[in-house]
Amino acid sequence: MAVKVAEEWLNACSGCEISIVDLGERLLAVLDLVEFVHIPVLLDHKYYGQLGEGKHINIPEATVGIISGSIRNHEHLEVAEEMRRKCQIIIALGTCATHGGIPALANSYRNQEILDRYYHTETTDKVDEYPSEGIPHLLDSVYALDEKIKVDIYLPGCAPHPDQVFAALAGLLAGELPKLPDRSVCDQCPTIREGKGQVKQLRRFLEAPQYGAPDEPIDKMRCLLEQGFLCMGSVTKAGCGGDKIVPRCIAARVPCRGCYGPVQHDGNQLLQMLNALASNGIDIHSLPDYVSLLRFSGAHKLLRPGHKQKEA
Amino acid sequence: MSRVINIAPITRIEGHASIAIKLDEKGNVADSKVHYQSLRGFEKFIEGKPAEEVPRIVNRICGICPWHHHMASNKAVDLCFGVTVPPAGRKLRELMQIISHGEDKILHFFFLAAPDFVMGPDADYGVRNVIGVAKAAPELATKAVQMRYKAKMILEKCSGKAIHPHAAVAGGFCKPLLEAERQEFLPQIRELLDFSLFTLGFAKAEVFPKYLDAVKVLGVINTGFIGTVDEQGALNVFGGNLRIMKPDGTFVEFDVQNYTDYIGEAVTPFSYGKYPYAKCWNEGFSLDIDNPKGIYRANCLARINVADKMATPHAQAELEEFRAAFGRPAQLTLLYHWARLIEDVYAYERAIELLEDPEITDTNVRAKVEPKAGRGVGCVEAPRGTLIHDYSTDDKGLITRANLIVGTTHNLGPIHMSVHQAARALIKDGEVNEGILNKIEMAVRAYDP
Repeated sequence: MAVKVAEEWLNACSGCEISIVDLGERLLAVLDLVEFVHIPVLLDHKYYGQLGEGKHINIPEATVGIISGSIRNHEHLEVAEEMRRKCQIIIALGTCATHGGIPALANSYRNQEILDRYYHTETTDKVDEYPSEGIPHLLDSVYALDEKIKVDIYLPGCAPHPDQVFAALAGLLAGELPKLPDRSVCDQCPTIREGKGQVKQLRRFLEAPQYGAPDEPIDKMRCLLEQGFLCMGSVTKAGCGGDKIVPRCIAARVPCRGCYGPVQHDGNQLLQMLNALASNGIDIHSLPDYVSLLRFSGAHKLLRPGHKQKEA
Repeated sequence: MSRVINIAPITRIEGHASIAIKLDEKGNVADSKVHYQSLRGFEKFIEGKPAEEVPRIVNRICGICPWHHHMASNKAVDLCFGVTVPPAGRKLRELMQIISHGEDKILHFFFLAAPDFVMGPDADYGVRNVIGVAKAAPELATKAVQMRYKAKMILEKCSGKAIHPHAAVAGGFCKPLLEAERQEFLPQIRELLDFSLFTLGFAKAEVFPKYLDAVKVLGVINTGFIGTVDEQGALNVFGGNLRIMKPDGTFVEFDVQNYTDYIGEAVTPFSYGKYPYAKCWNEGFSLDIDNPKGIYRANCLARINVADKMATPHAQAELEEFRAAFGRPAQLTLLYHWARLIEDVYAYERAIELLEDPEITDTNVRAKVEPKAGRGVGCVEAPRGTLIHDYSTDDKGLITRANLIVGTTHNLGPIHMSVHQAARALIKDGEVNEGILNKIEMAVRAYDP
């Protein structure tokens, strides 16, 4: 019998759902094995009944609940709690769900500051009051899922690689709880590392790295950090390359920015990166800002109002 | 007794919105509102960030169209820093953007819109979805999945990462295209072009004629339009001048650097999302469907309305046929589906032109950049509409101010109006069923918000 699955997106961009669609033909195989009972991007199941007359959010019971996105407003919270009540296993899909993701950069600001800018841009008409009618009120912060509900499986990634989405679904169908290994992007990076101590100052990514001919293999390119570019591979969970392993930024000869979140679930990418740089003898003041080191993992109270640029 | 129907969430769209329809004592529509529920605040939290990092941050605004945010953002950063991108870098950026346009249209047509047409608007929601379509037409569904996957894999291979890309960089593109890759991609893109022509032919033969009555009434409103054209007046999604067209077909053309003179954004009490309107018409803003003010629409139908022509032969032939049938500007909301498939043809024709250009494999793809103070307005046509990223930087090249007008938002007012029109036409004397409510949502889905 098909396994019942419910899926929700909260403070999310739909990239995680696209990574499910990007399973390609594997998606058709998955659709044979699962029965979606709720998934707003594909299925017209409604919160308040199909005729819209209910009073409370209602999601059907399911074995597996997949949630992408962080929790930003009261409706997200209500939906997350309903998913938890109705699903036996909750998967946090994507780095927004596991660590806040990019939208948690908002945690550096109070809601008032966010609203003040958004409703006072150069193109926006003057208003006396900000919108509030029939729309969910913002929470004080952007929360990762596990700050509000219990999470059983973490599948970070921005976006998660379709290979891992498939492996996780296949694992669950076989009765296993999938988990990404606690390895770093550097552990899977094929570039050449020659040793510490040569780079003192970091350069911003304003020029191409050195790598020889255009078709020179990635494993002949020198480590981008050793070339003097900030690369967050050492403090970032491995997996972005999927089954092909080579990290996706590195494959494009672009440095890692940490999109799978910290290597250990409760790690702090900012502190770990500053430590890594300092222990390599690199002047951390050569970084133009520090907050960006938490750009994918600012939930769990790591980013707070007042954390604007260099105040770590 | 008066009551409120809450259609929540609106489904098979990309984003978070709900509809509240208020019925009066007699069960007729007294009022309807579309609530846009998301507010993330990118305009604020990119402040202070190094500008060259921002194209890798703002792509997270949308997981369906990250390439377009990525490109508009890179253009704005290049302008802030005063750098000229080498021709091959520019062409690779356009190639990625145009392929993602094509891929997106397959996704919308087959995964999101088709269930209403293939299974029928009144079918049970348990089968009125892509899974139902896959069971009803397995060969077609498999083909659509394969073709879309092929396009995504070209993006992945060329750029390293297809969702939330990092391939466009300050001053150009991350790495050159190899000749072997060019030769590998060309036949694949030709196959995608064939599939886009097949899809449009299929829709014109099997889908649109069946629903012509619905097309003529569902969600119909009368508005202006916005889109981008090249120097010859042909539709261009990568860049050019903007045109804002009035409902009567007259238009102004302008440089996007001056967009604040032409576009304003209104705020309503019931939506986080703002409502862009044509400030240049000097008539203010009103969502009243009988007397709208400042309202124009964006996305594919708008683009083919404002363009004089299509720059590629198959797409031009399709535009001529479309225009002969529906005029210019075409106003019927469900024609978005048709226009989208014409753009799909253009996307792959343009991708072939780019891949056949010998300059695209030139190894000079990135200029060295110096951070500095400046201002830049980057604009592309995202699948969902004209996308504007406007940044200022300080002398360290950190963002000091940002304003974003995102493609979908141009259509927030029109969607609200189309929903009201559909609700008023379909709900009479308290008679409401699932099919009626789904048809109201179809008026939303046409815009692919």
